[in-house]
Parts: sequence; C-alpha cells; structure tokens
Amino acid sequence: MHNPQLNKNGELQHLLTIEGLPKSIINHILDTASSFVSISDREVKKVPLMRGKSVFNLFFENSTRTRTTFEIASKRLSADVINLNIAASSTSKGESLLDTIDNLAAMHADMFVVRHSQSGAPYLIAKHLNDTKQNHVHVVNAGDGRHAHPTQGLLDMYTIRHYKKDFTNLRVAIVGDILHSRVARSDIHALTTLGVPEVRAIGPHTLLPGGLEQMGVRVFTSIEEGLKDVDVIIMLRLQNERMSGALLPSAGEYFKSYGLTPERLALAKPDAIVMHPGPINRGVEIDSKVADGAQAVILPQVTFGIATRMAVMSILAGTHA
Amino acid sequence: MMNLHIKNGRVIDPANGIDAVQDLYIADGKIAAVGGAPAGFTAERTIDAAGLVVAPGLVDLSARLREPGYEYKATLESEMQAAVQGGVTTLVCPPDTDPVLDEPGLVEMLKHRARILNQANVHPLGALTVGLKGQALTEMAELTEAGCIGFAQAESPITDTTVLLRALQYAKTFGYTVWLRPQDPYIGFGGVAHAGPLASRLGLSGVPVMSETIALHTIFELMRASGARVHLCRISSAAALELIRSAKQEGLPVTCDVGVHHLHMTDADIGFFDPNARLTPPLRSQRDREAIRAALLDGTIDAVCSDHTPVDDDEKLLPFAEASPGATGLELLLSLMLKWAEDQRNSNGSDALAQAIRKITADPARMAGLPAGTLSVGANADVVVFDPQARWQVAPSALASQGKHTPFLGYELSGQVKATIVAGHLAWER
Repeated sequence: MHNPQLNKNGELQHLLTIEGLPKSIINHILDTASSFVSISDREVKKVPLMRGKSVFNLFFENSTRTRTTFEIASKRLSADVINLNIAASSTSKGESLLDTIDNLAAMHADMFVVRHSQSGAPYLIAKHLNDTKQNHVHVVNAGDGRHAHPTQGLLDMYTIRHYKKDFTNLRVAIVGDILHSRVARSDIHALTTLGVPEVRAIGPHTLLPGGLEQMGVRVFTSIEEGLKDVDVIIMLRLQNERMSGALLPSAGEYFKSYGLTPERLALAKPDAIVMHPGPINRGVEIDSKVADGAQAVILPQVTFGIATRMAVMSILAGTHA
Repeated sequence: MMNLHIKNGRVIDPANGIDAVQDLYIADGKIAAVGGAPAGFTAERTIDAAGLVVAPGLVDLSARLREPGYEYKATLESEMQAAVQGGVTTLVCPPDTDPVLDEPGLVEMLKHRARILNQANVHPLGALTVGLKGQALTEMAELTEAGCIGFAQAESPITDTTVLLRALQYAKTFGYTVWLRPQDPYIGFGGVAHAGPLASRLGLSGVPVMSETIALHTIFELMRASGARVHLCRISSAAALELIRSAKQEGLPVTCDVGVHHLHMTDADIGFFDPNARLTPPLRSQRDREAIRAALLDGTIDAVCSDHTPVDDDEKLLPFAEASPGATGLELLLSLMLKWAEDQRNSNGSDALAQAIRKITADPARMAGLPAGTLSVGANADVVVFDPQARWQVAPSALASQGKHTPFLGYELSGQVKATIVAGHLAWER
C-alpha cells in the first residue's frame, strides 16, 4: 500500500505518523534538529529557511502548548504563522473539514499543522490535497485522536539520543495510559524503528490496548518489575476524565500503584532519565521529587521540541511533490 | 407482458439442481418451461444467451433504500434502478428509516411506491419495537398485513432482555421470524473497527468479537425459552459462526447471513483510515474472513446479502470514526459472489458457481419465506442473465445507486448483468 506521507521519490511529503518511516528519514530529522538547537541560544534566533512561506496552525482540538511550540518553530524559520482555533469557528458554522481546508489552501498556504480529536483526520486532509492536486501543501500531524503525535515522538527520540547516544543497547519503559495515548504509539514506532532492543509498556490492564506485543512491546502490569534496569522512563499524562470511573477507581490509587516515586525510580539504572510529554500531574503520575530531580529531562524535552519541529518543517518545505 | 425466450444460456437454478445449457420460456409473467418450448409458445422477444448464465433473479436480504427520511442519501428511484442493474429482483429492507417502519401506513406507502416503479420486489422488515427503542412491541400482526415479512431491530440492540424475551414470545405466537444482528449494547458499542492490533495501532475504538458472541449467547437462551425463530444478520466472526454451528446442531430454529464485504475483506483493508472501509459490523481479521468463507461452503451461512447502505459524500468524507458506516452493494453483490466462486476454483479447482448463486437466490428466498429465487415452472419469472467473464471496473460512474462509496472502489470485477427480468417484464437490459 502506498504510504501517503512519502512522495514518489520516497521523500517526506507530509508527516502523519512515525509508523513505516524509514530509519534514514528519522535520523535525518534528528540530525537536522541538532543543527537547529544552537539557533535558539543565539541573540538573533532566526534562520531564513522558510521566509515567505505561510504555515497554518489548524487546531481542531485545543492545545496551547503544542500550538505554541509550532508557532515558535515556524517563526524561527522566518515563516508567517497563522493560528486558527477551528474548534471555535467554522466547523461550528457547519462548514465541513474539507471545505475549511480548500478555503485555506486557496489563501496559498504552504503548510498545515493539524491537531484533531479524531484518529486519522490528517490523513483525510493529506489525501484530499493529493486528490485535488494541491499536494504542494504539506501536512504535519500535531496529534490526532489516539493515533499519532509524530513530532512528540521525534523530540522524544532526540532527547534520548542526546542523553544516551546509542539506541541499540537501551531498555525503555513507557508508563501509564497507553490505551488513549498517541504519544505512546509514536514513541513505540520510533523506538522499534531505531533499533531499541526492549520497549516496555507498564500500566493496569484497563489502560493497555490489545495488540501491544505485535508492535514489539513487552507488557508489564507491575511498575516495580517493569522499571527494573531500564535506561529511559517515559511517563504519560493521565487525563482528568480517566481518573475515576470504570478505567480507574481514583487518582490516589493510581499514584499508589503506578506513580513514579524516588523509590521506584531507584529500580531503574542509576543514570536513567525520566521523560514526560507534559503537562505533568504532580502527585498523580509523578512525584514532585522526581519531576524536579536530577534525572528528569522534562524541560530539555520542551527545548528540543522546538528544534525538532523546525527540522520537520524545514525538511517538508524543501520537498517537492 | 410479453412472451420471452432466452436461448442457449447456461441455466443455473440451484433450487431445482439444474446447471446445464438450456432454453428458458417465459409467459404471463411466469416461468413457462425450461428445456423444450411449451405447446403453442410464440416468443415476442428472444434473448440469445450463448456464453451467458441464466439464473433466478437475486434475493438480497438487506438493502437500505433510505426511504422514508433519508432521500438526500438515496431515493427509491435510484436504488430500485441499482437493484435491477445488479440483477437483484427481490430485496428485503431493514426498518431503520426516518420515521422507522413501525406503523402499517408507512409500510403500505413504501410497498405502494415500490410497486409503481415496477422494478425489484420490495419486502420490508417491520420494527420489532416502537421507534426501535427497545421498549414497547409494535403491532406485528398489523404490520404483517401491511406487508412486513419479519421484524428487526436494525442497529439498535435491545438492552432490556425482558423486552427481547417478550418480543420473541410474541413473534413466536404468530409464527413471525425475528431478525437480529447480534451486538452487545455496551461492549464495543460505538466502536468503529475490529478490536485487534490494527485498531490499537491506528488508535481507533474497537468492537471486540465478544460483542457478537455475548449477544449470541443471550439470543440463544431466549430462543430456548421462547421457541421463536430467529434470523441472525451480518455475522462477522469465526467465534460467532462456531456458536451458530452448534446451535443449528442442537436444533434451534436459527439461520444467518453475512454481508458480502466480509467474504473478501479484513480490517487490513482500512489501510490508512479509508472511510470507505468503515462498515457495520466492522471488517475483522483474516482468520474471521477464512471462517466466513468456509462456513459459506459448509452451509452454516444460509445467505449472503449486499448490506447495501448508500451514504453521501458529506457523511463519508470525514475522519474515519466520524464517517457514516456502510457501502453501496446492490450492484456489486453478484460480482463479489462470482469472485468468491473464482477464488474457490483457484484454490482447489472446485466449481462453486452454483453454490455462489444458491446463496443469493434459493437459500435466502427460502429463509425469508419468499416466493422467489427459483426457475421452477409456474414460479414468478424473476430472472437475471449475466456474462460471468465480462470485466468491469468499480467506479462511481459505473453505479446507478446514489451511494458511490465502497471499499471495492477501483477494483476490476467479473460479472456483468445483461438483462434483468421481473415478473416477466424486462426491467433492465444492457
């Protein structure tokens, strides 16, 4: 089946998911990101790579944080950024998703950064652009339903590479609500593609989707067993609405069973790093002592996130249909 | 009404065990003879069917015509045209229209509209409960008088098992068949894809197989208690077929059908979120598909239906989970059954063409108690003449139905209808 995010030369046309991306493309993005990290330390934090290009942030689902990082990344590439909070505008007037896309494409957009609550929505947009011969417009998935959050996955890989150098001797544990997490899915695909020999998922059965083994993941329900000797811990955010009900009885019991405490962190390798896509829930999935501790790399993740998104956007902008 | 002579065709009439090159004679809307001409027969029209197959018109156990209420998706005119172009001469339509078919007047109007169009024969299913709400029983006797051939809940499972038991008991009283699609009202309800590795990867909410099997266990227990006859619609899983197989062995009065898509496709055909592959029940695993194909051969499955569900662009060109489920099917049913027969021939050399035809003619007609699906002398002359070899490409422009969405879009299929005859008149001819 044709992979809709690659053009006929196998180059990245859209970034929709990490699944199926060749290792060479992932490494190219990480290498490019690395060259952008220093730009943010300069006095003039801009490069002219996307001067004259228009990036539309289409957020069908609210997210201040991710939208802001894309906005900063675009501006550092000298692109013009237009933020559209579509949840509150056209779709509520009855305009269909694809009508919105056509209208914005007619405004000569060069790139759509799409966040949507439905899995697969960016595919629909990319396919529509291809079907209507508007495939000069690139689509970046900024998170779709439970499916994928590829730039988060890439920035996580950047972070791991920064601290651990080599992927092929690592044990990585992802802890928490895997079932609803697009971050977990993107991380799993990226880690297995980059040759991480052991990817673990840790959580209660109610938050673990079926079929994780087929994705190359070892499943643990005990956090004590799952964290043993790992090099990297990726904590996932537990959404408020999932904290009590049929999935979990309470936030308190969740923290007791799965919260990352200093004692549990001690089970991992001494130099293990602790990651979290943010925003963190202190006292729900992570103890403040860990979140603020020496092993946490949660804030560097944010910094690397800008560079990674700059890398993705500049690579896409240089790809022609 | 004219006298028709269809000559030199390969007549396949599973109800009578006929598969031979023979002539067919039609007079007064009935089959007059197969083989030699009846005395004094003069044909007003002769169709040379050399190289073609002559079979009973297809009997489709589920085709949504979208009337009343959803005329923007399809109209009776467009869908009846699609039926005859697909060789379907008898079809059963589910009651999930708007308003639902829970009152005799609505059923009479639908039958009346269909009769005026004079194409395929339309047999509605009445709603089992008022408004399909699962609370109060409908006037089943009145609805039967108006033309309903059975009672169904369509896609609204009854949550209160007491109501389901009462509905089965009441239907049993009058000898009516209850048509149920087994689905648990909670587990997997609202899910959009087979709960499996693919749904997990794509982040789509899953419908586990147990949604179907839990409902089946309930239905079978209630059948044992009530003695009612149940037809199970759109079975999708290997585990469900295994349960149905043993229920049949036990002697429960149960029959079942599958949608033709499930004979060929699996959840892998969702690919990159193709909304055309969003179906209800969802496409399942390869193991399930193989079990469906085997059960069709061994007879556990009584019929294959098109599960024709026209959906318009606005409701299909949406993110996968928001897209309306369903696919157009009336014009694909024959070709997809021929494809199954072709696959059988390729895998073990057997000629399954007659079996394929049986499952879309004689068996569904018998199951639904309809006088159709046969070329017996004296039967209504509902006949399809088709070229089993002719290839066609599935494209919106090739379809008469207002529903243009199907996961088979772009496929090249064999089997082209040359003529469709309903009650002796030529309803469609290519």
